[in-house]
Amino acid sequence: MNLARLLRFLLQRLVKAVVVIFAITVTCFLLIHAAPGDPASVMAGESGAADAQYIAQLRHQFGLDQPLSTQLWLYVKDVAQLDLGFSHRQQQPVLTLILDRLPATLLLTMTAFLFAICSGVLLGAMAARRVGRVSDSVITVLALGFYATPIFWVGLMLVLVFSVWLDWLPSFGMMTVGADLHGVAMLEDRAQYLVLPALTLGLFYTAVYARLTRASMLDVADQDFVRTARAKGVPEGRILRRHILRNALLPVITFAGIQAGQLIGGSILVETVFAWPGIGRLAFDALLARDYPVLLGVFLCTSVLVIAFNLITDLLYVVIDPRVEAA
Amino acid sequence: MMAHQGRAITRRQLFAASAVAGLAPGLMTLEQARAQGVAPKRGGTLTTILTPEPPILILGVNNQGPTLLVGGKIYQSLLKFSPKLDALPELAKSWSLSDDKLTYTFHLQSNVKFHDGTPMTADDVIFSIVKFNSELAPRARAIFQKIKSATAPDPSTVVLTLDAPFQPFLLMFDVTACPIVPKHIYDGTDYRTNPANQTPIGTGPFKFAEWKRGDFIRLQRFADYWKPGQPYLDEIIYRIIPDSQSRALAVQTGQVMMAQESDIEPFDVPRMEKLPTLNVTTEGWEYFSPVCWIEINNRVKPLNDARVREAISLALDRDFITKRLWFGLNKPARGPVASTTRFFDTTLPPLGHDPKRAMALLDEAGLKPGANGVRFTMKHLVLPYGDVWARLAEYIRSALKPIGIEVVLESTDAGGWAQRIGAWDYETSVNFVYQFGDPTLGVERTYVSSNIQKITFTNTGGYANPEVDKLFAEARTAADPAARQTAFTAVQKLLVKEIPQVWIMEMAFPTISQKKLHNVVELGTGTHASFDDVFIS
Repeated sequence: MNLARLLRFLLQRLVKAVVVIFAITVTCFLLIHAAPGDPASVMAGESGAADAQYIAQLRHQFGLDQPLSTQLWLYVKDVAQLDLGFSHRQQQPVLTLILDRLPATLLLTMTAFLFAICSGVLLGAMAARRVGRVSDSVITVLALGFYATPIFWVGLMLVLVFSVWLDWLPSFGMMTVGADLHGVAMLEDRAQYLVLPALTLGLFYTAVYARLTRASMLDVADQDFVRTARAKGVPEGRILRRHILRNALLPVITFAGIQAGQLIGGSILVETVFAWPGIGRLAFDALLARDYPVLLGVFLCTSVLVIAFNLITDLLYVVIDPRVEAA
Repeated sequence: MMAHQGRAITRRQLFAASAVAGLAPGLMTLEQARAQGVAPKRGGTLTTILTPEPPILILGVNNQGPTLLVGGKIYQSLLKFSPKLDALPELAKSWSLSDDKLTYTFHLQSNVKFHDGTPMTADDVIFSIVKFNSELAPRARAIFQKIKSATAPDPSTVVLTLDAPFQPFLLMFDVTACPIVPKHIYDGTDYRTNPANQTPIGTGPFKFAEWKRGDFIRLQRFADYWKPGQPYLDEIIYRIIPDSQSRALAVQTGQVMMAQESDIEPFDVPRMEKLPTLNVTTEGWEYFSPVCWIEINNRVKPLNDARVREAISLALDRDFITKRLWFGLNKPARGPVASTTRFFDTTLPPLGHDPKRAMALLDEAGLKPGANGVRFTMKHLVLPYGDVWARLAEYIRSALKPIGIEVVLESTDAGGWAQRIGAWDYETSVNFVYQFGDPTLGVERTYVSSNIQKITFTNTGGYANPEVDKLFAEARTAADPAARQTAFTAVQKLLVKEIPQVWIMEMAFPTISQKKLHNVVELGTGTHASFDDVFIS
């Protein structure tokens, strides 16, 4: 591939990304402000007592006493300077709050993501290879089951079995508080807490990938080049890996790209059930509290991530399938 | 001068008093051991739940329920309150009131230090009352503006003089109403945005150690605490667990040792009561004693007619609500004042349940049923505080249908609810407010016409009755408790007749704790207490 063309492609996408992010920022800003209530009324509600002075002071502190257009202009100006603003409610810069929660979410979603892709592709390939036999049916039924079951219910059932009955794994949180562990002991501790939430989140996507891989492989297996390979006397295992699987992976990558874009925001249910201190809950709490800057900050980070992963997916197509060109 | 030392001497106080007198903690351990059969033990970590997560831990800057629970361990006030609402010594070891009922003199404990090592003096106390809390907290502001002068004749004495007698004054010196904060950190700054707000500093038995947002808050034993040998616990860890079923499991499996407030849904409580390792109590809410009611917008027709409000009241089976929805945690209300709040009128009969009479009243009010049996339709804004409140709204709808009132449920979230109630943009909803031990502090605000404001938890219903205004004013200003009781009794009888709000129940919340945890609920403020005497056996 021509380097100049690749650079032009990247530049084009970058310009588009800036426009998209600007549009998202303005839309989200207006949507959030359209919701009834504001941070001051929420705080008055929470504290169970308020007077006019209290509300007025809060509105002034939060900058809500200015016209909406001024607030929007100030926000866009800040974001253009890569400043996500300040949460007056929590008295912390929004970036700090987000960076504080980001590692937990990434750890959970990346683990679930890798687990889902590996196990999903493996199971899908196995099912495709044994199509019509018992093992195929078992995998297909299980995949359908996990695909259809609400994710929080799977989570609660896993907790019931592994925490309550068997007492093997902790049911909430992401580490033993106050244990002051280091090295291997710390990794072991974190791993214990990670198993159930990652499994809960991962099982749903495993099901998706397994179904996708199976269908796609069966599709490819009927094509001429596979018959040619077989006629040439290529061993069956090699046909499966080099010819069928590789060609069958494109839809899987498309879906993985979409899922990767949701890595930040898509785990809120699991974060809630397992009390995982991630960014999905930060956003949800911010929504309930009308903590506008935090909510907008999370939206912004999520959209940047979606755009970045879309780009990576497009580039990956080129690597996996040389027939596709970046344009 | 009339002495106001704590009247009911409890084991806890005896212990505190002797500790101050300089007795060796070792001896006290034995004494207390004899009193209750279990010796306090140093050490251990108390793990509990906090929900929802507070935005910040500085009392005054934020007065949300969970903030008060954690803040109660970090901060202290001059007094604390028994379940009978008697004042007990905390940072003030004694206090007195002048004969003209205007001047309060507080004598402070000695050797009290803030968590940054600075000694706490009368200056800090005066700063906290007159400046910090008066500036930040609407409730404190309304009361503390009565203070004409605040002086410190010496570093361990505070003298407050009021412009007029105010009998409920002392109730304002609980940590949930007036925490004592360090003057040297806050004076001359913007209290709301002070950078020190990330690290709360008080005089309490536990100091702030660590807060991993979304996960936990960790408090550590304060070694220089003014009671020698206390606190007993090394650490308190508050876990943030957002899902109610996960919280119930955490308690059930022993992953946390204690749950409080709304941590556990009422329908899960009977299950906890059956577990042999757990204690369940609804005590420790006497100071707050929230009364819950159907919030009626008195401006909306036909709800402005007292007969219609009475009909709604008569349609409710309060026994069903408290037993089937709240599993016995709450009690049917008998009027605007909770039976655990001072000046409750004990002669009030239970509020009746009589659908027939309700229909007769609606007929009388000229609301005849239409062809479909519906007399009128009213909107109901569901209180968005969790499952059980949604069930209550559904119950209200089903209880009013037989008498011919069609209820249309509207849903919103907490922010939307507070906004709409504050803007009077509702027909009916459900609401409850804390009473803070005295009707002047916590009941009056819902019924007097001077408090009709476009702000949540004022008289948003818009009820106005000059007689009610007059009686509440009398009770507020009278210096003599007997005179106040007369006015309060009269106003309660009058309100029960007029039913400006349809009272449902007196609320309390379950505190669920492992049996090996001792002294959990000792005060009228329950788990808001400092926990300096809580220990694990």
